Amino acid sequence: MAIPAELQIYWALLDCRFPRVKPVFADCLSYALATLSKEGVAAYIESARFLGKMGRGAEPILIFLEEWPAVAKTLGESTLPAVMDLVHSMGKSPNGRAITPFLQWLPAISRKLTSSEQLSDFLAITLDLMERTTGSIHGIHQTFPSPGLPDFFKQAPALLGQLSLKGLKNWVDYGVRYYHDHPDRQVDFFRLQSADSQAVLQRERNGTLLVNNERKLDMYLRGLWQDEDRLIPYSGAFDELRQPIPYYDKLGIRLPDVYSDAHGITGIDRYRAALAHIAAHRRWTTAIFADNLSPFQRMATEFLEDSRVEYLAMREYPGLRRIFMALHPIPAEDACDPELESGVRHRLTMLSRAVLDQKHPYHNPHVVEFAERFHTLMRESNMSTPEMADLAVSFVAKTRRQSDQLAKTHFKDTVVDYRDDNRQIWKFIEQGDEENAFEEQRKTKPTEELSSLPPRHYHEWDYHTHGYRPDWVSVHEALHPVGNAADIDRLLAKHAALAKRLKKMLDLLKPQDKVRIRFQEEGSELDLDIALRSLIDYKSGATPDPRINMSHRTDGRNIAVMILLDLSESLNEKAAGCDQTVLELSQEAVSLLAWAIEKLGDPFAIAGFHSNTRHDVRFLHIKGYSEHWGDEVKARLAAMEASFSTRMGAAMRHAAHYLEKQQADKKLMLILTDGEPADIDSKDGRLLIEDAHQAVKELDQQGIYCYCINLDPGADEYVADIFGKQYSIIDRIESLPEKLPQLFISLTK
Amino acid sequence: MTNTEQYKVRKEPYYQPQGNEVWLYEAAYAARLPVMVKGPTGCGKSRFVEHMAWKLNKPLITVACNEDMTASDLVGRYLLDAQGTRWLDGPLTTAARIGAICYLDEIVEARQDTTVVIHPLTDHRRTLPLDKKGELIEAHPDFQLVISYNPGYQSLLKELKQSTKQRFTAFDFDYPEAGVEAEILSKETGMDQAISAKLVKIGAAARNLKGHGLEEGISTRLLVYAATLIRGGVPARDACRMALVRPITDDADIRETLDHAIDAVFA
Repeated sequence: MAIPAELQIYWALLDCRFPRVKPVFADCLSYALATLSKEGVAAYIESARFLGKMGRGAEPILIFLEEWPAVAKTLGESTLPAVMDLVHSMGKSPNGRAITPFLQWLPAISRKLTSSEQLSDFLAITLDLMERTTGSIHGIHQTFPSPGLPDFFKQAPALLGQLSLKGLKNWVDYGVRYYHDHPDRQVDFFRLQSADSQAVLQRERNGTLLVNNERKLDMYLRGLWQDEDRLIPYSGAFDELRQPIPYYDKLGIRLPDVYSDAHGITGIDRYRAALAHIAAHRRWTTAIFADNLSPFQRMATEFLEDSRVEYLAMREYPGLRRIFMALHPIPAEDACDPELESGVRHRLTMLSRAVLDQKHPYHNPHVVEFAERFHTLMRESNMSTPEMADLAVSFVAKTRRQSDQLAKTHFKDTVVDYRDDNRQIWKFIEQGDEENAFEEQRKTKPTEELSSLPPRHYHEWDYHTHGYRPDWVSVHEALHPVGNAADIDRLLAKHAALAKRLKKMLDLLKPQDKVRIRFQEEGSELDLDIALRSLIDYKSGATPDPRINMSHRTDGRNIAVMILLDLSESLNEKAAGCDQTVLELSQEAVSLLAWAIEKLGDPFAIAGFHSNTRHDVRFLHIKGYSEHWGDEVKARLAAMEASFSTRMGAAMRHAAHYLEKQQADKKLMLILTDGEPADIDSKDGRLLIEDAHQAVKELDQQGIYCYCINLDPGADEYVADIFGKQYSIIDRIESLPEKLPQLFISLTK
Repeated sequence: MTNTEQYKVRKEPYYQPQGNEVWLYEAAYAARLPVMVKGPTGCGKSRFVEHMAWKLNKPLITVACNEDMTASDLVGRYLLDAQGTRWLDGPLTTAARIGAICYLDEIVEARQDTTVVIHPLTDHRRTLPLDKKGELIEAHPDFQLVISYNPGYQSLLKELKQSTKQRFTAFDFDYPEAGVEAEILSKETGMDQAISAKLVKIGAAARNLKGHGLEEGISTRLLVYAATLIRGGVPARDACRMALVRPITDDADIRETLDHAIDAVFA
């Protein structure tokens, strides 16, 4: 195609020889001339020329020529230099491959951004991402392209639809931080394919999340509607064209996972509106047969039934009117041209609005008439679903138009988004011939019986971001393997002298259930000795002591204990200054301690842990709360073995979840360890220390007192960072069997 | 001699019967059977007993039980004075002597060894031994023992012993029906029926949450408080928050749900 003479001058300026550019140039330029200013066009040609000469083929220049005018129209021409700057820096780095996707997705991205400032923020995030993920070998020259960058552009429009720029920044930050040196995982992250990518996205989303408010909404349903059901979130994030609508079936109520504030209504109130609507259906709607009604009649019935249950709901709770009124769209009366498009939805939405809102702006005689008829009927009784169907049928009959059959339907302002999809209104005489009818016969495979407990996931604290990494650690729990119980008895016999001394201390500690409090002015009984003394004082003229009563106080111990043993590899080392390993000494110490606690009668449990990366933290039960200190427990303790590393935070959280369930005034978690928290997949030493510290804080909030007994003589450096003042370091490890029970006794005295 | 008149209920306490409990109580009193009144807090247990004492024209001695109460708090104790020691009757002893209705409120709060002292008064013996004083009191023919407790406490410790339970005839009280409760609010405070009905609706919402974070629903007593505040010119929403929501829970989720219920009802 030849280029018209008046555009030749631009063509000359472009100076481009790609054969694919010429045929489209004229069209692109005429659009640009229509939308851009004169300077804008000059800059447009200049930038295109640069892209053509960059040596990256025809794609970049073609895309730019086609797309830029549209971007300039939404965000303004002034944004071009910033965009070109980014292209320049991509060209200069090994990331040239990403230029094409960037230009390709720029229009979609720009539609999600509202201002040029936001675009520059977005470009800054992109630049940051690019610079931090572009790899280098010797530190100076960047040689590897950023693996995640091209995919990031592809996801950016969808991400911007759900995240604020700050959220996007956090999401990008997370990906860069954790997958910096793992290109494949980085790609998965920026493609939104990895689990934690989606989890972080979920966390950063705008608006009110269902998961955070489930309890509130559950109480709303119970309290105000005497109804209960499971609330199941569905995601509206991945389906732009067909947005799912709330619905309910026998499995539960489905609601969107997030509602942002809209029309002056907060997210939580939008959830309440959706729930109120569904609850009203569940209370007042009876299913009717759909087979005899035409599709339009069904649609009209649904609209009127929705209006009816809302009317009844508002009669119950007038405060709902404010929320419904704000959320229900007000379609303009003349928005739909009945000659060109089907106005069925438009008319029905107007009717629904007119029913809801007495001061509606409509003049359409049918809408006005039926809204009045609706109100007259409702004033008499609650009506019923079949009666609404009758009303709907006559509305459809009165307002029918030829154009209703048109394929093009007017949709603007006709979606009432808090209403459910009304699948429960209908029942069918015949099983339909819909294509999904065969699904019902599909048999589900019998699920395999679980042989072990499923892993539990725990968050881990990241001190860089001051936030949790969602579901980061998997804890697998199991019973500790069994050994020979006699070994433990032998150990106890060895320490018989120590046990005797401990027993004396224990006897002093044993709860004396009733304690007498003497010298009380008010009390339950007269203390005769003192009363007599006072009387003598009184008779002899001295001032008597008025504290002549006594009372009783109950004094019981109510402590639940969890002993958590670090079973990491380092326990196999020989303890300094003696020929036993740390493991053996711990075994002796724990046996004595267990014996002592059993004597005291406090409920206690023993568990060990070690870890082999975050995916495999082992939590081994040695003694449960319901077990007694008997042969079975001793056998497990005898088989104690040490291996792998110490991921302390997750183990503490898991242990806490058992300790928390104990009913006791005081809950104590004793952690016996020989080193700092560490794991082979964590290069940053601080990370697990900070996480353990966070775990201590969490446990403190749950009312669990943590106390660490550390066998590492060099523990001063970190143990205070984790446990504050709640620790002791045992320097002479061989004294552990003696120290441990004493420590416990003094802690619980 | 003890002044019996001071224990008499002079003015008729307002009580709205929910069934035939008034008639049943009269029958129990005629036979001098001990009575136990069960029900959630603030549903009208104490009011009912007061009303019955007024109706039967008998003195009423009320004891609010608590954990620190001992047997001598009920029976009596020696005190010192110028001549030596002096015996002072406890409320239970006084009631047994003058022939009053002795009402032990929230009996489960008292320790179990304390509650045992009422046993000889509640069976055919109708006597009260004062072991410290060496006296055996024969209960006055008009004497009757009434206890109340709230079975809602989900605590193993706060449970009456079977040997105590099985000495009483019992009434089970609950919050009244919505219509009756609204009427009670109106009668008690002079509030108009429509607003009373709304208050009752909020109360019902909270009662549905019992066991889901709320130990007890909003009691009739609190509803009366709210109505009183509204009568006093406090805007309805503020009155409800102050009298109905804030007292019963510190749980932010429940508070928000109930606040929403108030907004939804008083729109």
